[in-house]
Amino acid sequence: MTTPDIAPVAPTAPQAYRQRSPMWFAWQRFSGNKAAIAAGVVLAILILMAIFAPLITPVPPEAQLFLTESLAFPSSQHWFGIDSLGRDFYTRIVYGARISLSIGFAAALFSVLIGIPLGALAGYYGGKVDWIIMRIIELFSVVPPLLAAMLLGAVTRGGYFTIILIAALFGWVQVCLLVRAQVKAFREKEFVRAAHALGASPWYVIRRHLIPNSISPIIVGFVLAIPLAMMLEASLSFLGIGVPPPTPTWGQMINEGIDFMFFYWHLAVFPTAALAITVLATTLFGDGLRDALDPTLKGR
Amino acid sequence: MLSFILRRLVSVAATFIIVSLIIFFMMHSIPGGPFDANDMPVSEAVRAKLMANLGLDQPLYVQYFRYMWGVLHFDFGVPYQSPGETVTQLLSRAWVPSLVLGGLGVLIGAPLGILLGMAAALNRNSWIDYLASTLATLGLTIPVFVTSMLLILVFAVWLNWLPASGWGKPERWILPITAYALIPLATYARYTRSAMLDTLNRPFVTVLRAKGLTERRIVFQHVLRNSAIPLVTVFLPMFIGTATGSIFVEAMFRVPGLGAYFVSSIETRDYPLEMALMLMITFMYCIAYLLSDIVYALINPRIRVGGGQ
Repeated sequence: MTTPDIAPVAPTAPQAYRQRSPMWFAWQRFSGNKAAIAAGVVLAILILMAIFAPLITPVPPEAQLFLTESLAFPSSQHWFGIDSLGRDFYTRIVYGARISLSIGFAAALFSVLIGIPLGALAGYYGGKVDWIIMRIIELFSVVPPLLAAMLLGAVTRGGYFTIILIAALFGWVQVCLLVRAQVKAFREKEFVRAAHALGASPWYVIRRHLIPNSISPIIVGFVLAIPLAMMLEASLSFLGIGVPPPTPTWGQMINEGIDFMFFYWHLAVFPTAALAITVLATTLFGDGLRDALDPTLKGR
Repeated sequence: MLSFILRRLVSVAATFIIVSLIIFFMMHSIPGGPFDANDMPVSEAVRAKLMANLGLDQPLYVQYFRYMWGVLHFDFGVPYQSPGETVTQLLSRAWVPSLVLGGLGVLIGAPLGILLGMAAALNRNSWIDYLASTLATLGLTIPVFVTSMLLILVFAVWLNWLPASGWGKPERWILPITAYALIPLATYARYTRSAMLDTLNRPFVTVLRAKGLTERRIVFQHVLRNSAIPLVTVFLPMFIGTATGSIFVEAMFRVPGLGAYFVSSIETRDYPLEMALMLMITFMYCIAYLLSDIVYALINPRIRVGGGQ
């Protein structure tokens, strides 16, 4: 991958000339991974469901339209039943996907935005800069993220955007380490030295050569940060310091579900299953991407 | 080796101090205090006296130094939610359920995971390999409160075999221990599988085979020993992570352990307890990583830091 201009898009058809792009090989490896393909399809369906939620279910998620039928079991009208406050549970699960997925993607985006520059700096300059950044990362490794996130959640009183920031605060470490390793490996390559010899500034080299060459670890870091953020959101919401009600989130619904579990199983089962499926699909998809983009890491 | 340990100790101490500073100031920036009028309707004079008694009227940095001075003497203060005992007493009481459930979970889950990983590596692409991979992926991706919920639903609600929650009789331990055990099981199944596959592909194994050693001797005497390094080094941090109790497992199964107290200490702004818990867990992680590094250097002569040998 010596030309930095390759777009991270897998070509749909193999080209006629013999030289294949690394992305073509990655796509070949990825398409052989059945679990990852299936996870990708599930993830795509979930994303579409989240985007087109108002079309899938006409009822608004916060409306208590079915108070007389509160706690009703699943039926043909209400696929997942009614919750304790008279809201259609299917609607709430579908809208919960919006919260979960949007927080996952936004937090992963922020993680990448923090992780890339820090990782590039640490990998490129080494020495003192690297030392400082690595010590910061060490701090993050000894503090259990969930406990710290809980504390932060209590300090800030939760909320949608706060959760995204908290998740990003703990998500950037992985991206940073991946980018750092890649930049370190490429720093001494001939084309980088050639760029230096031609008078390119460090910033130019990082932006034009080193970061484009780190695109695979960045994609992997991005995708793998999504399930972590979703899990953090669900965990905090589960504890009541995440996204506040009445916004439907799966963690909150699971927490309510425990109280009704013995008599109204549907209130516990559906949000649990929704969260498990989403996290699982995202992780499998991310693992598949990682194996495809960096075969040396397979199985780790 | 000694200088390596000393250097690491200094860095552990520095990490610990920075973490304690961050946590202390963060915790005190939580809006509200323990004697707010809504929570505790006492007169202004009583409140002032309480604040003065507990040193809460001092500037923050004074409070910090006082606190850390006490910590050095294992004096973490008195928990606001249970003023009849010290934080140390409360923690040693609350740690028992966490240690029993989490510790047993690791001690049961880790060997099972190693066995599963070994079986998977030795029978590549067989049903057991797929089972191990599936279990490992599920165990590592599904949040522990989801697995806890499923366990309760299946074994307590539907099958009605086991009690759903509580602490005391050993039959109440089975479900939480299972929930805990899945994490080390998944971790170890995955690590063991990949470590053993790595080792099995190394040239020396081919040499051993060529020399006519039985497969059993190759696996148990050579491959296993050479794959043990990652398994040994992840053990301590994982043990700490599980044996300090998961907030979620304890919330789901209503276990009065460390995790449960962490939640209640945040809810009631119980600074001494919260601080002690964070510091204790951070300290244990620091020590666990330090010991892992030392063990790593001991069992892997190639990576002994500082040369010398």
